[in-house]
Amino acid sequence: MPELHFPWIEVSILVPLFGALWIHLLGNRESVLQHAIAICGVTLALTVGELVDFVSIGSFEAHDHWLFLDWLFQRDIFVVDELSAFQLPLAALIFLVTVMSTLRTKAPRFSLKLTLISESLVLATFSCRSSWTLIALLIAATIPPYLELRSRQRCTRIYVLHMAVFALLLVVGFAWLNHAGGSSSQALIAGALLTAAALLRSGIFPLHLWMTDLFEKATFGTAILFTTPLVGAYAVMRLVLPMAPSWALQSIAVLSLVTAVYGGAMALVQREARRMFCYLLLSQSSLVLVGLELVTPIGLTGALCMWLSVGLSLTGFGITLRCIEARISRVSLADYHGLARQMPMLSGFFLLTGLASIGFPATVGFVGMELLIEGAVDVYPLVGTMVVIAAALCGITVLMAYFRVFTGHHNRTLVPMHARPAERVAVLILTLLILGGGLVPQPGVASRYHAAEALTRQRQTNPMTEQQVGEMEIETVAIGKHSAE
Amino acid sequence: MNYLDTTFQALGTAVVASPAILLAILGLAALVNWQLSEATISRLTQAAVLFSLLPAIGILVIMLATGIRYVPIELGNWVSIPEQEFHFHLKFVFDRLSIPFLMLSCVLCGVVGAFTRRYLHREEGYRRFFLYYAVFFCGMVLSSLAGTIEALFVGWELVGLSSALLVAYFHERVNPVRNGQRVWSIYRLSDAAFLIAALMMHHLSGEGDFGGLMSSGVWPEGTAAISSTEALWVGSLLLVAAAGKSALFPFSGWLPRAMEGPTPSSAIFYGALSVHLGAFLLLRLSPILDASLTLQLMVIALGVVSAACGAVMSRVQNDIKVSLAYASLTQVGIIVVEIGLGLRYLALIHIIGHACMRTMQLLRAPTLLRDYNELENKIGTRLPHQAWAGAASLPASVQRWCYRFGYDRGFMDLALDKWIVRPFLQTFGWFDRLERRITDSISHEPSRESDRAEPHPEDLQNVA
Repeated sequence: MPELHFPWIEVSILVPLFGALWIHLLGNRESVLQHAIAICGVTLALTVGELVDFVSIGSFEAHDHWLFLDWLFQRDIFVVDELSAFQLPLAALIFLVTVMSTLRTKAPRFSLKLTLISESLVLATFSCRSSWTLIALLIAATIPPYLELRSRQRCTRIYVLHMAVFALLLVVGFAWLNHAGGSSSQALIAGALLTAAALLRSGIFPLHLWMTDLFEKATFGTAILFTTPLVGAYAVMRLVLPMAPSWALQSIAVLSLVTAVYGGAMALVQREARRMFCYLLLSQSSLVLVGLELVTPIGLTGALCMWLSVGLSLTGFGITLRCIEARISRVSLADYHGLARQMPMLSGFFLLTGLASIGFPATVGFVGMELLIEGAVDVYPLVGTMVVIAAALCGITVLMAYFRVFTGHHNRTLVPMHARPAERVAVLILTLLILGGGLVPQPGVASRYHAAEALTRQRQTNPMTEQQVGEMEIETVAIGKHSAE
Repeated sequence: MNYLDTTFQALGTAVVASPAILLAILGLAALVNWQLSEATISRLTQAAVLFSLLPAIGILVIMLATGIRYVPIELGNWVSIPEQEFHFHLKFVFDRLSIPFLMLSCVLCGVVGAFTRRYLHREEGYRRFFLYYAVFFCGMVLSSLAGTIEALFVGWELVGLSSALLVAYFHERVNPVRNGQRVWSIYRLSDAAFLIAALMMHHLSGEGDFGGLMSSGVWPEGTAAISSTEALWVGSLLLVAAAGKSALFPFSGWLPRAMEGPTPSSAIFYGALSVHLGAFLLLRLSPILDASLTLQLMVIALGVVSAACGAVMSRVQNDIKVSLAYASLTQVGIIVVEIGLGLRYLALIHIIGHACMRTMQLLRAPTLLRDYNELENKIGTRLPHQAWAGAASLPASVQRWCYRFGYDRGFMDLALDKWIVRPFLQTFGWFDRLERRITDSISHEPSRESDRAEPHPEDLQNVA
């Protein structure tokens, strides 16, 4: 396997981990937020370096040059491939902008230590492929939000119940898979358990209640960081996609589709901004899963593009809401707030990120959405129609939220509420990426297509799915011949 | 590429690039909070319109001189995956439909831009207006010249967003904002229908190029490359899209609401250009209508009903802009009937004439009211108003019903609220309550802190 020129993967995982230790040693100093921003910035730089290095190698996958953890784990424990190469900088960026948009007054509530540990776990998860380590990391990542809920003295039952089931399903499913072996029919049961686990972590209807609960009870920042990197989708890609039969993937696609429409509709009836955001995220992240389960190169490319766009745009949308919430407490959508005059930059950014999340033209989400719908129509026209309906519902929600938060009211606030410098930088970084990715989409799409192709090939060479893929191809050819006649 | 092709390419690129550059400059200025002066914005806008209009005239002159009827401008692929034959082709077409519509858009946008310079002078939202205006102008140029269904969709979306934001231009009041939301909701539904139709066409014909869809000849002589049944399905979706955009029955409710925006935007967008975009779509894809008699009958029926409703409603409104908006609807209904009957050139001429006249009427509306007031003050009485002679022949109950129908704007908003919005809210409100019950029972306590969100905490000065 090719090697990177520097141990980017392990250093990028260790930097936030040691950063958390550093923050712990600093205690409650005023400068702790700046330190956290610097650590997240360095981590982002490392992941970008990793991406550049990986692209320069031109291989499907690569591992670290030196392995610090070689004595502890097997050699190929952390690997970067075409799927994760883009997810790593995205995840690091999500953490950086979220920390940057934290007001100093709110820093004591939002645990920077746990955030950096979470970042380390997320980066390690995205750098790890199907193995017990990945499962351990997926389970470990659920602990920081739990600790925060506990420290805030909030009821943790819903979260613990769902995450315990998630962990149990993962462990039992993977153990069963290892026990049953690759070609056994018993592997189907193992696959079903792993699928259920991945769906639960993704918040697929009706297993989404932990997500709304987390947004209610945790800090907004933690909730954003736990949900927007779409770790559940990664679990699907690594654990389910390589071995699940086509009918199982189609079932996941149908469930995801129901969630997309349900989330879009529920977002529209919410009376509070956090919940609205939660359902919007649920709807859009489910669309990513719909594309992943289509298992056609076009659908998969669309899903991978959507993955990046949802991560970027909904993080931006979320941090804007968080900035507003940090100033005026929870944002009601039952009435109009008229904040545009006080915060013109954030209002524009809110609209831009909202539109990007629904795939509006000239934003990063547009081409991904087009590819996704195109791929869906190719497989099942009705699926394409439902995707369009979900997007339409989310579109109505986005503008409704914009109008409710920023217009319709003559605001009398005397205290300045404009964006602070760190918030402005975070907004500008995301804006440039959203518009840049929207106006010049070809490099991103080409790279995602390459990754999609490689993943499809991997699935075709897997002995558990090889036969089904072959059968599916024969069926497709037969249908093609029939329609031609 | 010969000299003529190079000239066409250069001029065509200028037509498309000019509004895009305007949008980029105004958008970038807004992004980095760069305060451009009113005069600069106005000059940039005028320049953008001129640099779009003059090359278009140049292309028209060359086309007339050389007898060329179809000029495609290829700007390459925006996105492509050659292995999967997926491409987003940037192709723009100058033909007998797009050139008149493009020139109409440029002229009316130019007129309204010049009018707005003084109308909104020293208004707080001057820059915002011109940013939305640039989005609209860009959308109109893209829609007019689109050579592929995807490019048409991009323009269509830009027009929709800018229209909704302009309706909500007066930010501090609730009513315009609610109306903007209403317009956007209708647009999103019609956009969804358009997107599904576009994908179906793409799926059926294998490409989004209009040349591929209309397998032979250029507009208006194309023939649809799909069967009659397929045409009926696709055409029905396109009809929904056109009805939403052109405020045809039963989506007319947004049209009077759109008049809440500033007068120049009402004039240009909802009185002249935006309402004709649906008719333009039907004209552009008219070969599909020809492929199915049922579809043609549906188009004619929709046009007749919309025109009749518009005529009744425009007569009983107490607001001049709303009355003019419904008068527009009547004409658009008639244009749709003409399209349904296959009278394409007549429909195109009708669009151009009607759009110009309606823009002038709407721009004149505020001053006309002032003139009427002065006139009535001077003569000391109301000006005489002649009722429609035919109304007297109708029974009193019918007259009353027509009045109520017109005054309540055809009960269309009420019907949409009752049959679509309310059931939707009830259904998902029920799901929301169900979720609350489940989470409450698992938590053994109220699970929603969000219930305690205050409507206006920003007023209390408890900000961070």
